[in-house]
Amino acid sequence: MPPDGQTRSRLPPPSLATAGLLAPAYLWMTIAVFLPLAAMLYFSLLTRAPFGNRPAAFTLENYLAFVRRPYLLRVAWTSISLGLWTTGLCALLGWPAALALARTVGGRARGALFLLIVLPFWTNGLVRIFSWTMVLSEGGLLDQAVRLAFPGLRPGEILYSYPAIVIGLVHAYLPYMVLTSYVSIASINPAIIEAAQSLGARVPVLFATVLLPLSLPGLLSGAVLIFVPVLGSFMEPRILGGRVGVTMGTVIEDQFTQAFNWPLGAALSFTMLALVLAMFALLAAAMRLRTAP
Amino acid sequence: MTALGRIWLALLLGFLYLPVIVLVVMAFNASPLYALPFVFSLRWFAALPTDEAILAATRNSVLIAVVTCVLATSIGTLAALALSRNTFRGRTVLQLLLLPPIAIPWLIIGTAMLVFFYWSGIGRGLHSMIIGHVALAIPYVVLVIGPGLHSLPENVEDAAKSLGSTPLHAFFAVTLPLLAPSVAAAALFAFAVSLDQFVISYFLSEPGVTTLPVQIYGAIRSGFTPEINAISTVLLGASLLLLLLFARLADFGGFIGRR
Repeated sequence: MPPDGQTRSRLPPPSLATAGLLAPAYLWMTIAVFLPLAAMLYFSLLTRAPFGNRPAAFTLENYLAFVRRPYLLRVAWTSISLGLWTTGLCALLGWPAALALARTVGGRARGALFLLIVLPFWTNGLVRIFSWTMVLSEGGLLDQAVRLAFPGLRPGEILYSYPAIVIGLVHAYLPYMVLTSYVSIASINPAIIEAAQSLGARVPVLFATVLLPLSLPGLLSGAVLIFVPVLGSFMEPRILGGRVGVTMGTVIEDQFTQAFNWPLGAALSFTMLALVLAMFALLAAAMRLRTAP
Repeated sequence: MTALGRIWLALLLGFLYLPVIVLVVMAFNASPLYALPFVFSLRWFAALPTDEAILAATRNSVLIAVVTCVLATSIGTLAALALSRNTFRGRTVLQLLLLPPIAIPWLIIGTAMLVFFYWSGIGRGLHSMIIGHVALAIPYVVLVIGPGLHSLPENVEDAAKSLGSTPLHAFFAVTLPLLAPSVAAAALFAFAVSLDQFVISYFLSEPGVTTLPVQIYGAIRSGFTPEINAISTVLLGASLLLLLLFARLADFGGFIGRR
């Protein structure tokens, strides 16, 4: 008999109450997320979308898309390299910023700065990507500024190029890296840094042996949090890349909105999902490795 | 070192805010071709109320956001109560199941919703966008309310019960008022998630039934005027307001300042 057996008799059994509290949320998520993912898996194995009375048969053909259409390999590489560039630049810009936030400002100023860095992140991503067309287009802000500073130069159009997409994506995801790096830098015990300094560690040594290794978990989770959505981006390359902006995201979008080849789109989506899950699994493994003694 | 750090932070903020500021400034520029010099004008804002497509999309966006906010907040609060109060078998799995809508690229979730909703007869349009947005917002609500629940004094509800409250009455009279700031913060968050959502809405919208971000995307791709800057400015203003309120309720600045 559990010690609180008597008071429980007035309440519904806790397991029933728990189930009742959880049911609406998980039923909703089942209908809106889990069943759709299952349906997409089913579609990806069909020869054609099973609408009307057109017969559809099972096939693995859609998953051979990368073999059958070699140009997709190039597209996949574009997506992956976009992810690597964006993640790398975010780390390069964001980690020092997180360090500066944790070590050079304090109190209320830090709170305000933190809010300022995170704020644009929660405003409309589409609008922020759109705003770069104002800066990067011919006659845009950057063009005008360069012409003013160096009258001989005609920089022209930066918009509709690979660098334009990278700039937009870095702008979109930089706050993630600052956020995750900040959390792990702020949790470093200041005594460790003081100890290293009192033992004569100069700044570069301090960076390489204390700050960077100890904030690696933040850098890693930031990297995954950035790489994953960049892999699935399609509106950013469309708006800032124009013709150049062909990525896995835009190819998948095309299958659903232009080509209406849903089984192929579903298979490509699922291939991307597999990659995403693999990245999360790797991150989890890396984290466990670090926390293990 | 300190000066270098501060300069770096200033440059970073410049990078983050400069394009957005240009976008807003151009909404107040008279030239339809974004030409300089800058001539102040409100004509693009004045044009908004006469643009039937943008008005309809705005109405849809607000309607979906309100419904999403109410549904996701109530459903998510219930789940948060169960997940943070009780320990039971499978809790870790249930908590992990909250992650897909946050962690998987929206492109994958959005196309999967399109496939399933179209195939099952649920169809596209306002109702399916609401179904999608609520599913996206529930995990955020649980994540925002969870910490709020943990910081509640644990035995106040028991105290109310021992004084004769029914469990339901104890919840509404004691727990919910104490939890109110967290619930309000979660509701604002859900509203903002829905208002800013583009990808899911894009795949679930029908011709003629869109939301503001979908409408803006269409305009960007087919040629646009500063009117798009004007409506974008309105949208930015709305989300900024919501998020400042959220930060106040969740005591975000204080939390960071203390660390």
